[in-house]
Amino acid sequence: MKGAAGLLARYAEDRVAAAALALFALLALAALAAPWLAPQNPYDLAQLDILDARLPPGSAAGATELVYRLGTDAQGRDMLSAMLYGLRISLAVGFAATAGGLALGLLVGLSSALAGGRVDALIMRAADLQLAFPAILLALILLAALGPGPGKIVAALVAAQWAYYARAVRGVALVEREKDYIAAVRLLGLSGPRILFRHLLPNCLPALIVVATLQVGAAIALEATLSFLGVGLPVTEPSLGLLIANGFQYLLSGKYWISVFPGLLLLGLILAINLVAERLRVLLNPRLQGV
Amino acid sequence: MAWYALARLLQALAVLAVMSLLVFAGVYALGNPVDLLVDPNAGAADYARRVAALGLDQPLWVQYARFVVGLLHGDLGNSFVHGTPALHLIFERMPATLEVSFAALMMALASGVPLGLVAGFKPQSWIGRAIRALSVLGFSLPTFWVGLMFIMLFAVELGWLPAGGRGPTEHVLGIDLSITTLEGWRHLLLPAVNLALFKISLLIRLTAASTQEILRQDYIRFARAKGLHPVRIVGLHVLKNALVPIVTVLGLEFGSLVAFAVVTESVFAWPGMGKLLIDSITLLDRPVVVAYLLVVVLLFVSINFIVDLLYGLLDPRVRLGGAQA
Repeated sequence: MKGAAGLLARYAEDRVAAAALALFALLALAALAAPWLAPQNPYDLAQLDILDARLPPGSAAGATELVYRLGTDAQGRDMLSAMLYGLRISLAVGFAATAGGLALGLLVGLSSALAGGRVDALIMRAADLQLAFPAILLALILLAALGPGPGKIVAALVAAQWAYYARAVRGVALVEREKDYIAAVRLLGLSGPRILFRHLLPNCLPALIVVATLQVGAAIALEATLSFLGVGLPVTEPSLGLLIANGFQYLLSGKYWISVFPGLLLLGLILAINLVAERLRVLLNPRLQGV
Repeated sequence: MAWYALARLLQALAVLAVMSLLVFAGVYALGNPVDLLVDPNAGAADYARRVAALGLDQPLWVQYARFVVGLLHGDLGNSFVHGTPALHLIFERMPATLEVSFAALMMALASGVPLGLVAGFKPQSWIGRAIRALSVLGFSLPTFWVGLMFIMLFAVELGWLPAGGRGPTEHVLGIDLSITTLEGWRHLLLPAVNLALFKISLLIRLTAASTQEILRQDYIRFARAKGLHPVRIVGLHVLKNALVPIVTVLGLEFGSLVAFAVVTESVFAWPGMGKLLIDSITLLDRPVVVAYLLVVVLLFVSINFIVDLLYGLLDPRVRLGGAQA
């Protein structure tokens, strides 16, 4: 590996993956800049005009200069603005859940690999048990007990996904543990935590980046699904999933834009993330090198 | 084999015991159990009577024992909304869920495996690339949104298929099924395809990966050297070995289809136990939620147990070294 620049150059050899990364960067920027990009603040009720409800794309607002490029929803909210803010929430929840899951998974996975023996067997048995149970059901039940809210959905996603990280971390750590450089630093008499964080952890990271990237996409999709089912985020903080759910009842009467546009945005986001993850998997896996 | 089966059975029972403890902890320890189990509209006298009737004045271990006894008698309380035993409601809706999940599994197998074989056999050709691109797309499509798009396209725009519901069912061997009638299929098609999409992608990837792995093996090179027809090589030698990992995940994938049916059933108003779960969560019908959870856990544990047994039958290595597997 020749550093970050070399890696990026090799990454860009795959044009589809390069386009996916560009799309993701664009969406992330749009989400960050949503308050400045959005034509209106979709959650400031004073800016909404109920007379403009359910207007098709391209309609002009009744009272202001605004043009609703992607139409309006049932409250007369500009869809483009709602989607930009929704994207912001979806990305924030996805990344927070991944960071939390990764932290917990690292802690559990590394301890499990280092401890070995019965502790290791017990922890991995628990992880297996959880992996056998679908993430969506676990998150659904947790949220049913906890109630809706951004913090709660992040907690539910972490609870549903930590086992993936823990297993991946443990698998990599078990391989790394046996290598000579770990034996060398052990002989040097370095402390356990120092070996763990300075030597073992950095070498486990490449494999984890792939898992984490995939899980960001999975977390965003799961959050959208839970919000669609009505147990995820509250209506005051609609993510893309909730926007799609809001348009469901109008779909049958041909008002397609309320559900279709947020769905396309969600698809674009998850697709971009999955394509990036796919490329990283090939790049960072030594077994697939040169394929 | 008997010892292996017995060990697996004990393991399954241990998992069930642990899960019953977790569900107990979830329902009884989180929040106020009285609020969870007594109708919120009940009066103060009724409230006190129910506290005593539920044994909530007893120590925790007595409560758990009662919960388990109720569980073993199949008594999980009555639904607040329907007033009938919660377990009965679940079993009533179960065939609809199992039917759509099974149909989705068959569709995923019938399309995912052949596509995966082609993608694995010709990874560099345009068709191999197209199939792989399709599988990445399938992984990224939000299931519930695709369901909405299906309804919009096939029900609203084209008017070919109904937008939701299960349609008429036929009583076959004591179970209501819709796969026996054309009208039933018209209702089943969209939900089943919707549910299958994600698994098709999964099976394509799984089959393609193992096909590529198998093609590198010596026995395939030998078969080629022997001059066997490529169709025979793929159809017999590759397929047979590629099926091993698929059979391994099949049970769990069926379980995950049952779980994901929650989403598809909500979109298509399919009257299965997944839709019942969502309705019960919305209406705070806690006994039904608990019953659903326990039934699904039992289903998962049974599936795992059966898969383990089949695996032991198929692969002697598992059986012989099974003690620590």
